[in-house]
Amino acid sequence: MSPEAEAPFVFTACVELREALDRSAHDARELMERLEGAPEDSVFFHVHGYFFRHRPVTTAYGNDFARWAAVELADLALAERLAVVDPFQYDDLASLREELVSIIHSHLRAGGGPRVEFQRAFHFQQSRMIPVPLGPSVRTLAEFRQGLSIVEASAIYLHMVEARARLGRRGGDFATWLRGALHLPALADRIERIDLYLTTPERVRGRLLALIDQSIEAGEGA
Amino acid sequence: MSGLDAYRAVASPNAVEVILKLAEQVRGRRFLHLTGGRLGSGPAEVLRAAIPLLNDLAVEAQWEVTGGDPAYHAAAQALQAAMQGAERALTDERLRHYLEMNRMTATKLRLEADVVLVHDIQPASLVTDRAEGRWVWRCHFDCSHPQQQAWSFFRQFGEHFDGAIFSLPAFAARLGMPRYIIHPSIDPLSEKNRELGSRELAGVLQELRVERDKPLLVQVSPFTRDHHAIDAVNVYRLVKRHHDVRLILAGTPQDDADSLEVLSDLREAAQHDADIAILELPPEAQRHINALQRAATIVLQTSVREDFGLGAAEAMWKGKPVIGAAVGGLTQLIIRDVTGYTVYSVEGAAFRIRHLLNNPELIPRMGAAGREHVRRGFLITRDLTEYLALMIHLVRATPPRG
Repeated sequence: MSPEAEAPFVFTACVELREALDRSAHDARELMERLEGAPEDSVFFHVHGYFFRHRPVTTAYGNDFARWAAVELADLALAERLAVVDPFQYDDLASLREELVSIIHSHLRAGGGPRVEFQRAFHFQQSRMIPVPLGPSVRTLAEFRQGLSIVEASAIYLHMVEARARLGRRGGDFATWLRGALHLPALADRIERIDLYLTTPERVRGRLLALIDQSIEAGEGA
Repeated sequence: MSGLDAYRAVASPNAVEVILKLAEQVRGRRFLHLTGGRLGSGPAEVLRAAIPLLNDLAVEAQWEVTGGDPAYHAAAQALQAAMQGAERALTDERLRHYLEMNRMTATKLRLEADVVLVHDIQPASLVTDRAEGRWVWRCHFDCSHPQQQAWSFFRQFGEHFDGAIFSLPAFAARLGMPRYIIHPSIDPLSEKNRELGSRELAGVLQELRVERDKPLLVQVSPFTRDHHAIDAVNVYRLVKRHHDVRLILAGTPQDDADSLEVLSDLREAAQHDADIAILELPPEAQRHINALQRAATIVLQTSVREDFGLGAAEAMWKGKPVIGAAVGGLTQLIIRDVTGYTVYSVEGAAFRIRHLLNNPELIPRMGAAGREHVRRGFLITRDLTEYLALMIHLVRATPPRG
């Protein structure tokens, strides 16, 4: 019989409630200036949130800033430099914002670039997540796997991205529970190492399931 | 089985489950919508479906309508147009009448609710008579550049709201309150969007005298200057030099001189060309629009100004690529090279159509991508999800009403 956790895991989906900010940019210089003073929640929305909203049918720009530079400014060099910033490599949102600002600053040395009209400007936003506990709670690895296989995709975003980057739960909720409640440190380590950059919640689901299956086959936690 | 269950077959996976879970958190709460009319506009179409769905979920959803005499309606229309940036003469007398009529309406309506959503301009000043609950202004149009006099007038009562909702960040007015962004949506099960069997489709097209012997370019839009259907005729002419196509322009004539002039220009442009059809449809011709969009090879949206452009979402839901002007919500709906093309000129639109007609395998591929894009982001289920989330956010700190 597989071990049962004392503290159950509750899968929680989320709904993103977006808010407009009084902050927009019509060219790369304005983008840099506005980004410098933008709230961290806005940086999170436009960078990490891209993972939540991005669909594999569209070009992968990596974040909203890079997409805007490519699509509206047609500045492909700036877009490329912004796109390669992996947000999961930064300790906090302030450092990430600083890196993005410095990329634009360095790019501007080569010239100011084009300016666009209001409708095509970059409009800063931020969001708050409304959690939606889905239940029922799970206590074993088999139950966890079963729940994960069918859970609403936003739950994967909440537990893997929002938890780590905005809520201060650095390992992510899945790895933390597997390590702490089911005593599966090896599986937790592998889950923490999943590359979340430039992927989708559905692909992350597939990767998680594969890692759990490997763990079960290896007899971990049996 | 609740009405919501019917959406399981068409919405994204788990969308209905999330709505059910959200609704549990606001069960028994009263959610009141105030609008300036029940019929006609896209938001009203979605509300008609949303209200019974919310009530099925034990959220006490209600819909009240403001009204008045012809002078009141004229004042509200002028104010709305001015808030959209048009030049309108707004006399103090007209504006006082608007406020007075709304004040009288307020005495007749039950305005107590946990959340009151006030749609657009006509009912907006009722917020000065607000009772308990949280009041939110739902602005469905581009309010980023209002006429100054209209804006000063609106702010007198607009600042009484607890928040506002806009369809796009670029549409948001500068207000000192949280400004939420919620895209509008379409109802996939409505008469305008439901599946049509081949026999039913053929029957409607026969009724409209539309033949399918050639590729069909279809534009469905009101006959107004903003929707600029004359551009579609010019696009068609450029394409026609290379491909034998038909152009269908369908819409509901508005009751004003501008609309009559637009129609007259279109009729003149279409003269002597049997492959151009101008179809004037009544507002209730939802099944006809459904059939036309389904019969289309490619759908056009040549507007010079759009609030959101949900007609494109309807066409995409029917698996059609859309070539649309890069205005309003069309830039959100159309993913360039994936679900269609946003364009900046008549020549650009013709170029894209020729490209698709010369590479016909792209047409169903783009159509399928468009349908998925709408399924994920522009169906009523997503709208309900975000409204329920907003309601939870707003009432979280408020105890249920006695």
